[in-house]
Amino acid sequence: MGSVIKVANVSKNYRSHQVLKNIGLTVNKNEIYGLLGPSGAGKTTLVKMIAGIEIPTSGSISVLDSSMPNLKIMTQIGFMAQSDALYGELSGRENLEFFSSIYGLKGQKQKERIHQVTELVNLSSFLQKPVNQYSGGMKRRLSLAAALLHEPQILILDEPTVGIDPVLRQSIWDELYKLSKSGTTILVTTHVMDEAEKCGQLGMLRDGKLIASGTPQELKNFTSSTSIEDAFLYFGGVHREN
Amino acid sequence: MRIKALVIRIIRQFIRDKRTLAMMFIAPLLILTLVNLVFSSNDYEPKIGVVSDQKIVDLLRSSDNAFFAYQNASIAHQDLADEKLDAVLEVTLPSTSITLEGSNPTANKSSITTIEKALRSLPNQDTEKTKNAPEINYLHGSADMETFDYIGPFLIGFFIFFFVFLISGVSFLRERTTGTLERLLATPMRRWEMVVGYVIGFGIFTILQSAIIVSFAIYILDIMMAGSIWLVILITLMLAITALSLGTLLSAFATNELQMIQFIPLVVVPQVFFSGLFSIETMAEWLKPLSIIMPLTYGGEAIRDVMIQGDGWNDIYGNVLVLIGFSLLFMILNVLALKKHRKL
Repeated sequence: MGSVIKVANVSKNYRSHQVLKNIGLTVNKNEIYGLLGPSGAGKTTLVKMIAGIEIPTSGSISVLDSSMPNLKIMTQIGFMAQSDALYGELSGRENLEFFSSIYGLKGQKQKERIHQVTELVNLSSFLQKPVNQYSGGMKRRLSLAAALLHEPQILILDEPTVGIDPVLRQSIWDELYKLSKSGTTILVTTHVMDEAEKCGQLGMLRDGKLIASGTPQELKNFTSSTSIEDAFLYFGGVHREN
Repeated sequence: MRIKALVIRIIRQFIRDKRTLAMMFIAPLLILTLVNLVFSSNDYEPKIGVVSDQKIVDLLRSSDNAFFAYQNASIAHQDLADEKLDAVLEVTLPSTSITLEGSNPTANKSSITTIEKALRSLPNQDTEKTKNAPEINYLHGSADMETFDYIGPFLIGFFIFFFVFLISGVSFLRERTTGTLERLLATPMRRWEMVVGYVIGFGIFTILQSAIIVSFAIYILDIMMAGSIWLVILITLMLAITALSLGTLLSAFATNELQMIQFIPLVVVPQVFFSGLFSIETMAEWLKPLSIIMPLTYGGEAIRDVMIQGDGWNDIYGNVLVLIGFSLLFMILNVLALKKHRKL
């Protein structure tokens, strides 16, 4: 089993403004692929196209050997957007019930999955509370739980750990490793440089261009930097004089 | 399955949002009550058909140009039934009889005043013969019908249209601004399932709303009701679904709640002028065709025909079909408008 996500020569324009230029990347099964870049680099646009919400202006995207967008493949994708995308009036449980029904989960199976994902994100004791009384971090976790409900083969997370405390962030990453080991392919975007080190593969995105890709270690070695931040600066065209 | 999930979610959200619920149910009742209390009548130029001998007809027509001569009483009564006339005056000496169309109390009042004034102005020898008080009959309604009985049916239709339009439009808009639309579009949910789910979810509340408002107007405000309450509820429900599908459609073209409110003067208010609440006959000729594209024209007319004239299903099903047509059109357009967010 080779690549799960293949992006080839993808460009995206909004009217005359070009957001992404000739992006090509491959994500293999079980891999955790990190897209690193500052805000405005085009990360969200790229993951939305992979999730099937947006369509590239040119180039092609295939997921699980099917060209996107494809409704069947979308059942295999868990997508967590940058905004929490929850219904504030509803309780945590009602939100999860809604999203799991959309994916066709019902009855005992639905209860089980809701139980499992809330245990995972540590929200079990808050499920009865309306979401508009949740803190920012709790909403983020519930949003992640909603993306995991239907046990997707591919998980696309857009800035999943913003506003989450370091302890919980670590436990979420542990969980991502576990998921990846059990066969889930994960694509995660981040603008936090130290978080990028946790990914198996890394793509650096700046101004709509993929400026570098490889494992974090390869990128550091290539640029003889000690940190991902220095490597990003190198590829971004800033050469430090030592 | 997915539609059902959406419907259950909408119901739950609605029940949590007590204020919106109150706006949908109580605000129309409040405004209807106010209009009932304060409404006063205005000037009206009646059209009266006269059936009599040539001499009296000529005298009447010279006294007021509201009178139109008819050779034959049955033709005059047919025109009355078709709402071409407000009243028919039959003078067969020595008795006089007036038949009023009756739906519009303002028209009734001014017809009677015009006729009485004209009869008094007749030369003496004729007045002697007509001094017996004219006998007054009503085709629809009765002498104690008030202005509110006439405008009430339109207002019921209008307020339901207005509040459902606003609430459904803003909810659908919020789905977009909070990002939940994007999340739904990342699921295999189809665009049409989303539109249908919204119509059913909100539809359940509009059934309740229509039933409550119509019952309130009839039983508490004591508005005139000649036909079947079930027909009125059906028509208001169809009108609400039209408003619901239009609201969710137009929310695609608003980026925030304020822009949604801006659609009120553009889309909702014009319907008041064209819907028949105000007389279309006095309107500039080129403006009249606009009433054809206003859903409220069909809803308001059908509600009035049932409530005042006691019309049945056979008389109003055309209007109901037009409303269903509008709803389907708006729903299809909405499915297409959602393409902006996901091509598939």
